[in-house]
Amino acid sequence: MIHFLVHDSVDNVGVAVVDIPIDADCDGRILATNQSLRSHSREMIPLGHKIALKDFAVGDSVTKYGCEIGTIVRPVKAGHHVHTHNLKTKRWA
Amino acid sequence: MAKSKVLGYRRENGRVGVRNHVIILPVDDISNAACQAVANNISGTLALPHAYGRLQFGEDLELFFRTMIGTGSNPNVAAVVVIGIEAGWTQRIVDGIADTGKPVKGFSIEGKGDIATIASASYQAKEYVQWASELQREECDLHELYISVKCGESDTTTGLSSCPTVGNVIDKHCANGGTASFGETSELTGAEHIVAAKAANDEIRKEFFEAFNDYTKLVFDQKTNDLSESQPTKGNIAGGLTTIEEKALGNVEKLGKQTSFVGCLKPAQEPSQSGLWFMDTSSAAAEAVTLWAASGAVVHLFPTGQGNVIGNPIEPVIKLSGNPKTVATMKEHIDLDVSAILQGEMTIDQAGDALLDMIVRTANGRLTAAEALGHREFVMTKLYRSA
Repeated sequence: MIHFLVHDSVDNVGVAVVDIPIDADCDGRILATNQSLRSHSREMIPLGHKIALKDFAVGDSVTKYGCEIGTIVRPVKAGHHVHTHNLKTKRWA
Repeated sequence: MAKSKVLGYRRENGRVGVRNHVIILPVDDISNAACQAVANNISGTLALPHAYGRLQFGEDLELFFRTMIGTGSNPNVAAVVVIGIEAGWTQRIVDGIADTGKPVKGFSIEGKGDIATIASASYQAKEYVQWASELQREECDLHELYISVKCGESDTTTGLSSCPTVGNVIDKHCANGGTASFGETSELTGAEHIVAAKAANDEIRKEFFEAFNDYTKLVFDQKTNDLSESQPTKGNIAGGLTTIEEKALGNVEKLGKQTSFVGCLKPAQEPSQSGLWFMDTSSAAAEAVTLWAASGAVVHLFPTGQGNVIGNPIEPVIKLSGNPKTVATMKEHIDLDVSAILQGEMTIDQAGDALLDMIVRTANGRLTAAEALGHREFVMTKLYRSA
């Protein structure tokens, strides 16, 4: 079973395609290259929500589809949930 | 490969429609009651009540007339009864629709009152609906259908599955000589460079950026925060989307991989040739689909993640979703389930062919989920306050 998908090889977040429980080993796939990768969830990640694939500091950019989708406003560790509580728009700020 | 023929209605001007509506079109808000009374009197007719049509001016008035005339001119409409409070603007709309060659007649209320107007208009509507009921579908080419595309209540699954499925159809339809249109101007923010790269030439790219920058200015002139919960919506956020950039990058998956766009349209403006067109629209579903229907689009493709339920009175809206939860919990709203893409059990190309097949079935007469459920959202775009 695939737990998360990654659009582009430079992306630093994945998208959960099932509800991922806390503290689970997860299998992912990069769509652009069809490569497999693994991660480990440190929080629950609901279907459709994003899992951090690296540690982020405040001010870091999040990349998805190979493009920037916003700025990290609270520190995030790999395996944590990236959502509106820690990621904000750069464009309409 | 999906079938390439459909059974449509070829109208007087050669355009192909897939529905055969007789509509009762109010010129203004105060004529809604008369239109609804006529539609109530005559089975098989459809009133399109709306909120505007009085004291509009300038570009907003031009958009109003374009929307009214375009709606009546849509090839999914067989004939039109127009009712307005006064004769002048009523006749202007009648004349615009009459240019297509289809039957249309106007009635005005001043000097007669609602009851006499409803009686006259009902006699005419009865003639039209009986005439339309004898029109026969005929074999037409799939590429003769003008298709519009827009997603709603998106989530991250739309960018992974249902939007690229629509993009696959856009590539196939436009390569075959079809016409299509995308829009949602503000919702391209963060992906505007991807859209701009798809412009067929520099002049079109410049025109696109003019429309985009104009919409961006509106957002910045009016905004009181970062628009969170408006754009993205609360539904988008519940589905995992976070920022306008992320939403836009999923949105533009609908544009396909190979297709350039051949021009920019004002809201409700009809494309002048085949190919993919950008239209400057709101990202609100009912407003945007109403504009495309007024530009002549006969089938709309609507990817949804969290389950937007929108329909349109004259343009069938085909809904597809790749979110397995939505497909299960809101199944009555979904025409095509592409959730198998998420587990790699269906390719985008296979999903595109399944969607083309659903377009053919819809064109041949299958009611969409939104049609069966009675969704008839007719929402005009208003640019600013009336005089």
